Amino acid sequence: MAKGDVIIDAKSIIKRYYIGQPNELEILHGIDLQVREGEFVAIVGASGSGKSTLMNIIGVLDKPTSGEYNLDGVDVMKAKDNELSEIRNKKIGFVFQTYNLIARTSALKNVELPMMYAKVPGRKRRLRAKELMDLVDMGERMNHNPDELSGGQKQRVAIARAMANDPALILADEPTGALDSKTGRKVMDIFHKLHDEKGKTIILITHSPELAGECERILTLSDGLFTGEREGTGHAPL
Amino acid sequence: MLLFENIILALNGVKANKMRSLLTMLGIIIGIASVIAIMTVGTSMTANMQETMSSYGANDITMGVSQKSTETETMDNGMFFEWGPRSSQLGDDDYIYDTMLDTLKEEFPGKIKHFLLESSIGDAKAQDGSLYANVNINGVNNEKFEDEDLTMLTGRKFTDKDQKDGRKVAIVSDYFCNNMFKGDTEAAIGQVISVLINKKYYYYTIVGVYEYDASSYWVSTSAEETSTTMYLPLKTAFDFEHDEPRYQQVTLVTGDGVTNVDDFMAEVQTFMNRRFYRNNDSYEISCSSMSSFMSEMTESMNTMSMAISFIAGISLLVGGIGVMNIMLVSIQERTKEIGTRKALGATNSSIRIQFIVEAMVLCFVGGVIGIVLGMVVGSILSKQMGYDATAPISAIIFAVGFSMVIGVFFGYYPANKAAKMNPVDALRYE
Repeated sequence: MAKGDVIIDAKSIIKRYYIGQPNELEILHGIDLQVREGEFVAIVGASGSGKSTLMNIIGVLDKPTSGEYNLDGVDVMKAKDNELSEIRNKKIGFVFQTYNLIARTSALKNVELPMMYAKVPGRKRRLRAKELMDLVDMGERMNHNPDELSGGQKQRVAIARAMANDPALILADEPTGALDSKTGRKVMDIFHKLHDEKGKTIILITHSPELAGECERILTLSDGLFTGEREGTGHAPL
Repeated sequence: MLLFENIILALNGVKANKMRSLLTMLGIIIGIASVIAIMTVGTSMTANMQETMSSYGANDITMGVSQKSTETETMDNGMFFEWGPRSSQLGDDDYIYDTMLDTLKEEFPGKIKHFLLESSIGDAKAQDGSLYANVNINGVNNEKFEDEDLTMLTGRKFTDKDQKDGRKVAIVSDYFCNNMFKGDTEAAIGQVISVLINKKYYYYTIVGVYEYDASSYWVSTSAEETSTTMYLPLKTAFDFEHDEPRYQQVTLVTGDGVTNVDDFMAEVQTFMNRRFYRNNDSYEISCSSMSSFMSEMTESMNTMSMAISFIAGISLLVGGIGVMNIMLVSIQERTKEIGTRKALGATNSSIRIQFIVEAMVLCFVGGVIGIVLGMVVGSILSKQMGYDATAPISAIIFAVGFSMVIGVFFGYYPANKAAKMNPVDALRYE
């Protein structure tokens, strides 16, 4: 598949905590990362390798201590709080290990939420949310509240929500971590579908070598630096 | 749009935690309910009182002899001197006499239309063999009799000559005729009746019969036993005990020359005291009018409302703090939700609005429950006191507004805390 423009361009990303204090801690030691549009990238690493910190920085939830980060043409380092909110809203779709659906709110309303923050009018929002629910095969249970859904169903709703504003990047953090292998498989199939059919750029953060192997490119993170890069199959195991 | 979604979300939250929400709102409910209940009783009372008062003369000034207030003075040597009334019984010099009224009328030409004068003799019994009727004897001048606004059934009213000569004539009620003349009012006219007053018989000729309005009195006895008023000319009544007419209380009807009754009332009081009671060490004249009575009423009413509103205000304050407390707990519980919302693109201000709206909805629901409760309690109380319940519209609007202001005020701090959460930490929170 032909790859498009670079949408993630990060250079020399350093992240330190407790700056200026005796227990100052450097988690990321200067990460370089480039991801092109339409790529399916896996980032693997043991716990403590800096995976979560890197994900927070890629997802614009946190700013690096130093370095350069350009996301889809926006200089994240110079963005203010409200601009960061807008970047998260329009350019990134998060999928969490623990689903993070809003309680007491129907699946459909959960999918509508990012569009609400983007001030999409009500009718258009509902239409798009229904489309997305069909895409993840949840059309029949969209009026259920999260506590009435199984883990796999919740994660599918969460993926639909991540797609709501048609983001440049889908950032999935251990999306199958809390699921059994069968439902996990189904979730992974949806990611493949989004990648193959919609041409979505996906970054999958995982500690599972099998899942990473399904991606096109696998980056290994250890002790705050990328230590390896290899190619994957780019599709689900046959 | 987001506001509407937030309201729905908040209402869902209230529904999901019914018990917790109710306990949180309790302070608001009690505060608002007590304000509304008091206001309901207050407005009902004022409305009913105003209705009653307006049937009395608004231009009347009541002038009465009253005891001087006691004053205590401490001397240099530490001894106390008490100044004040020497005697508690009215002496001959303490009453209001006709000459004083004449002087007063001359002093304020055109401002005094006339005086309503009466002298109450008290309860007595009219007897004729085995027939009897209870009466309450009252001597009146013609102006006073007119002021009573009675319906004459037959006969005539008192003439000036009756008044001037102190003739022994009487006007009685139809109830009186029922007892004494088998209800034949025509037959009563011209009859002489004997009345037992203080163990002595007095004889009066009936000249008129009026219709007794039973509905305007509290009647606890049977119609036969009911004591009705028997009117005598003023001078006739005075012939009982005193040689000269004198009064403890006189009603003054102001003339067209008076624009402000209360101002004139003050003038009259000052004049009377300067002229006639300057050297009286026990008594003085004090005046009152319906409008001054009304404003006094309203004032004491307002003071009462103020006091209760203050207590209610404290309850609302406590309720507001309760709301703040529960909002802080709620935010703590929903840290992860806040993190998620931020990851999905919520700005700080949209998080802040969400939680302020939630606090407002909580207070609003509490306020509405409080209003309903307060109106129920207030109307029951009003009914108990014998008034028609009137809804205090302004208080209701105020209560709704105020409860929402409490929501904003006590919701702001927790909401701001939520808005300022770091998304990374919030997402990691378990």
